[in-house]
Amino acid sequence: MRPLEGLTVLEFAQYMAGPSAGLRLADLGAHVIKIERPPSGEGGRQIAIKNLIVDGDSLVFHTINRNKQSFAADLKKLEDLAVVKQLIVRADVLTHNFRPGVMEKIGLDWESVRQLNPRLVYGEVTGYGQEGPWKDKPGQDLLLQSLSGLTWLSGNADQGPVPMGLAVVDILCGSHLVQGILAALIRRARTQKGGFVQVSLLESILDFQFEVITTHLADGGRLPQRGKRFNAHAYLAAPYGIYPTENGYLALAMGDLMKIARLIGCAEIEEYNDPRKWFTCRDEIQQVLADHTRTRPTEHWLALLQAAGVWCSDVFDYARLLAHEAWKVLRMDQMVRRDGVEIHTTRCPIRIDGEILFSPKAAPRVGEDNKSIQEALRNA
Amino acid sequence: MIQNPEESAPLDGILVIDLSQFLSGPCAGLRLADLGARVIKIEKPVTGDLCRQLYVSDVILDGESTVFHAINRDKESFVADLKTPEGLEQVKKLVCRADVVMHNFRPGVAERLGLGYESVWHLNPLVVYGQISGYGQEGPWRDLPGQDLLLQSLSGLTWLSGNADQGPVPMGLAIADILCGMHLAQGILACLVRRSIHGRGGCVDVSMLESVLDFQFEAITTFFHDGGQPTQRTASNNAHAYLGAPYGIYRTRDGYLALAMGRVPQLGELLGCEPLRQFQDPATWFTERDRIKAILAHHLETRATAQWLAVLEPADIWCADVLDWSQLFGHEGFKVLDMLQTVRRGNGTTYRTTRCPIRIDGKRLYADKGSPDLGENTDRIATEMHL
Repeated sequence: MRPLEGLTVLEFAQYMAGPSAGLRLADLGAHVIKIERPPSGEGGRQIAIKNLIVDGDSLVFHTINRNKQSFAADLKKLEDLAVVKQLIVRADVLTHNFRPGVMEKIGLDWESVRQLNPRLVYGEVTGYGQEGPWKDKPGQDLLLQSLSGLTWLSGNADQGPVPMGLAVVDILCGSHLVQGILAALIRRARTQKGGFVQVSLLESILDFQFEVITTHLADGGRLPQRGKRFNAHAYLAAPYGIYPTENGYLALAMGDLMKIARLIGCAEIEEYNDPRKWFTCRDEIQQVLADHTRTRPTEHWLALLQAAGVWCSDVFDYARLLAHEAWKVLRMDQMVRRDGVEIHTTRCPIRIDGEILFSPKAAPRVGEDNKSIQEALRNA
Repeated sequence: MIQNPEESAPLDGILVIDLSQFLSGPCAGLRLADLGARVIKIEKPVTGDLCRQLYVSDVILDGESTVFHAINRDKESFVADLKTPEGLEQVKKLVCRADVVMHNFRPGVAERLGLGYESVWHLNPLVVYGQISGYGQEGPWRDLPGQDLLLQSLSGLTWLSGNADQGPVPMGLAIADILCGMHLAQGILACLVRRSIHGRGGCVDVSMLESVLDFQFEAITTFFHDGGQPTQRTASNNAHAYLGAPYGIYRTRDGYLALAMGRVPQLGELLGCEPLRQFQDPATWFTERDRIKAILAHHLETRATAQWLAVLEPADIWCADVLDWSQLFGHEGFKVLDMLQTVRRGNGTTYRTTRCPIRIDGKRLYADKGSPDLGENTDRIATEMHL
């Protein structure tokens, strides 16, 4: 039995942060219904990456919205709104990511909705919180990376701001939303009352930087200093980084530099025998290491280092990873089907009671489940 | 005492026995603590959680690493040597009373100690048991160290950031650790929901590899559908290898400007950049993105960030300035969040750090308790729990 079986989630959210939370709840067993405006549905259906559209919806939409149902309703129409309210009365969780004020206008804000269903857990995602000068700014991933200081942590010292190349803010925020919702459901079992869970992209991306912000607050407010080349973490000493080899790359995590120097036969490093220098002379050391690792293939270095327990690895792209036995044993991918179309995607990363959580249901079409959901309401 | 049950912290009354160290497990423990659980770290004598000595840059706070203090606030520390029968016995007694037991030992270690799920289940069938591995419990990588940079490197993640002419560019924070910790917290909470309804415990397994692959679900799904093409970052101003122009960060006369999705010809008009108007077909915003970005980069250098924002923001173009922490912390948009808090350690030392990012019932969750000294709470817990 999946942990959230029997729970119903109404997802008014669109794009990435909110829907990624809905996907996690669905994979953990909840019944997730997207509430979408007819006829086009949520905005994410048309946001394509690499121009990839599958069966009328963007491949990204399919990826984020599999394992859900869709109920089409125009919240500006009274009759549609009335049906949605009936759904809310029976739901356990509601999520949305409208900009501040929108749900209030429709009458589906937390204060109104709790009158309909005092046991409801209400989850809300905003970009920057409900107040302040940024509250109406678009809550878009790259903008949040740019405003939060995150772009000064990746890449090398001579580069300008370097963003992380995925929607890291959306994903973390969606993950925090899931945590808050589940925590409120645990409390509900104790108190019989629902709750109001709020997350924002800005708070989530600041939380992600909690270790380095805490360091910044304790070091007199110095700004992060990335390594000149081979940077992998602005606050970590050499050898932490990725180095070129004769035929590829070698990742070296934290380790005893003297031991590594001996193992790879790099005598030049031995003068840096004071561990304090591993941070203060990081750029020089990394350059010496790189000049040395460049002379032999990755496998050569791995054989020397791994045998001695040094934390290191090869650097793979998707083609090499997916051909590797380590990927195969994970069984991380799955096929989902919509009518005749197959979509090859990934699965939930969490295993429960030793079971891998596969979910073969594909993303719904707009309003695909209106009939069955209305029927269930009539029979309720 | 909490008077109104509706206002109690969500995880009030939940006891977490946390055997994990470094970041992945402990950041899950921190989240559970901030949501109201009581979290007891089980640490080995003398060294404790190795993260205590994992210094970053050259900063030491109260004798230990700032990173440790950030991750382990709001927790208690109990010292036990799991290799001695007495230490193990004490921990087993704690496990009997726990709602959650979690660890991030390498595969097989918990079982050898007699603290694997089977054993713990026999002691406490209602327990929710959470475990983190680097690469899963089986397969050729199961015994490799589960370290963040190695996971980034093996999972394909390093080909997503930076520009096309760079080699692999890692993300400069421990993304695999943090995501995996977040997934562990999700799984544990989901099992606690189930326990609250159906009265049964459960076992949650996560691995850093699965977590960092899940993070790439869009990109990997694309790889499955584009015939397995290599990830291609843009030649300049890359911010997402799979998105078209203008998505990226651009240098301006006095700083930088972030531009997210937008209609390229409209941008051309607003910015007074004539060459952009030729890209009328939206498909070209992806296929011609290197050219478009080069044109934009050249043009945006001619004026200051504020001048561009003044043109773009009123037209609802998704754009932003690029700030560092000192600029951010001085900004009203940050101040209204009240995101920082001062916490106090048992010895009176205080430090500033961030708070939990989740608000419950309109309230921010602060917790003024700092990180524990190694074994700070051992005696009190031993007395309280009759160990």
